[in-house]
Amino acid sequence: MDVEAVVRSNTRLSDDYNVVALDAPAVAERARPGQFVMIKPARGTDPLLRRPFSIFEVVTGSDGRPAGLTLLNKRVGVGTTLLYEVEPGRRVACLGPLGRPFTLVDPPAEAWMVAGGVGLAPFATLAAALRARGVRAALFYGGRRNADLFFTDRFARLGVDLTLATEDGSRGRRGLVTAPLAEALAARPAAPPLALYACGPTPMMREVARLAAAHGRRAEVSLEQVMGCGLGGCYSCVVRIRRGGGTPHFVRSCVEGPVFDAGDIVWEELAP
Amino acid sequence: MDLSVSLGPLRLKNPLIAASGCFGYGVEYADLVDLSTLGAVAVKGLFLEPREGHPPPRIVETPSGMLNAIGLQGIGVRRFVAEMMPDLRRLGATVIVNICGSTRDEYVELARILSDVEGVAALELNISCPNIKEGGIQFGCSLTGTHGVVSAVRKATALPVIPKLTPNVTDVAAFARAAEEAGADAVSLVNTFLAMAIDVETRRPKLSNVMGGLSGPAIRPIAVRMVYECFQSTRLPIVGMGGIASAADALEFAIAGATAVQVGTANFVDPLIWTKLRAGIEDYLGRHGLTRWMDVVGTLDTAGR
Ligand SMILES: Cc1cc2nc3c(=O)[nH]c(=O)nc-3n(C[C@H](O)[C@H](O)[C@H](O)COP(=O)(O)O)c2cc1C
Repeated sequence: MDVEAVVRSNTRLSDDYNVVALDAPAVAERARPGQFVMIKPARGTDPLLRRPFSIFEVVTGSDGRPAGLTLLNKRVGVGTTLLYEVEPGRRVACLGPLGRPFTLVDPPAEAWMVAGGVGLAPFATLAAALRARGVRAALFYGGRRNADLFFTDRFARLGVDLTLATEDGSRGRRGLVTAPLAEALAARPAAPPLALYACGPTPMMREVARLAAAHGRRAEVSLEQVMGCGLGGCYSCVVRIRRGGGTPHFVRSCVEGPVFDAGDIVWEELAP
Repeated sequence: MDLSVSLGPLRLKNPLIAASGCFGYGVEYADLVDLSTLGAVAVKGLFLEPREGHPPPRIVETPSGMLNAIGLQGIGVRRFVAEMMPDLRRLGATVIVNICGSTRDEYVELARILSDVEGVAALELNISCPNIKEGGIQFGCSLTGTHGVVSAVRKATALPVIPKLTPNVTDVAAFARAAEEAGADAVSLVNTFLAMAIDVETRRPKLSNVMGGLSGPAIRPIAVRMVYECFQSTRLPIVGMGGIASAADALEFAIAGATAVQVGTANFVDPLIWTKLRAGIEDYLGRHGLTRWMDVVGTLDTAGR
């Protein structure tokens, strides 16, 4: 599904972060937590390629049906800067929803989400879906400083337990979010079952994968590889995985991911 | 409007072909694109055996273009025949198989295997991938190498044979002539231009393979020139490509002498480009009082230049 989506709003959250709302009912209707869209923020050939974005929220219209979606954007390069600056009323090409979504659990299983920075993006829809199924959910959310943590109220309103961490100590625990996660995992009894979901910088996801394995918990990670097409055509977004003791091999993150079982990834080879 | 073309014995319903390596094995696009409406699908380059390809990063954007060093990751010809061809047949795709070898014998073996496969319409000989050391380009950069591979494959198959030429040579037309003498049915060009990009902060190459191939609109004027040179010096039908992103771009290649065209990088940007290209071409023909695509091919007017 490729649509020319009208930009409904562009909300600046800080000097680097913003949320763009797009009118894209056909895409929003099909979206599942963890999926992404390929966005072309401007016409022309510079930048040339689309950029992948997690679907941050599904926005419902007055009739209660999906009317659009939002993207949580952090400006780092040309494409993300264009999206940071995009004017409401403009049209952007939006292809999706794409990729393998998160695996949802059911009660009594509980779910812990671990987000670093812009890695929060896939968790708004995941949290909503889990809570709708009655799953107890927690969010471990870390950033550089307080000003980099967003939408904590929204997760709290959904009934998600929050643990925050900032590297400069300006909010929540000082340091990396994986430290309180490690403590919580160690303190937790084996039952009920627990599913971990992580998205953020590679070292963070790698640590979540290590902790999950150490505690015998299942973890899924959402990777953010550079993508050319998002459809499996170009073979640029590959990740080396090893399943069940087999030989490691490259798979395309756009079609076999972006959500992977943390235990399948050959972490040593993933770019930091 | 009659958009049909002939590449030697290969008849296509229209001149629009998905470029190899830019359209997976075709099946990836079946949900978005009716493959039977394309002139043909050139599938991702195949060796006899599966290949892992290069580590990421495999692509990087450059002004109006991109570099790639995928390293021909692929499932190998046997799995392709077993797992992809049934779907491609069912979807009504006209399949051009892009084949790569480390040796001349590997090309021959691939040609033999594919000759017996129902639904394979033609072979495109990739003797021009800049991203792998062993094979391919070593044939494509030598006139005797090109002649040798093409004539060996020619003897091994009755399928139409389309060598794909590299632009990383001084005189591309000489290679088209070598292909013609060796019995090729058409030539396709261009593959990507060997190129590189550096992160100045870290002084590291942006691609894991250090160098890669440049594609996209940035290369179009050079590719058009090369198609024109080949058109002037061989009688082989030419499949032109390099940066085509609109009907006007496709027509530019046609006027320079391309009978058919391939679209690679632009398909990443707009996977639904095919209907737009076809509509744009028909509109052009209508505006110029023409009814056939072939009325445009090779019609460059250089009077007074
Ligand atoms: C990611 C990528 C992979 C490619 N893989 C192949 C390949 O397997 N075999 C081949 O003959 N050409 C391959 N090419 C070259 C294209 O088929 C085409 O010749 C080139 O990209 C120029 O066309 P474009 O500017 O429309 O992309 C590849 C190009 C790209 C960008």
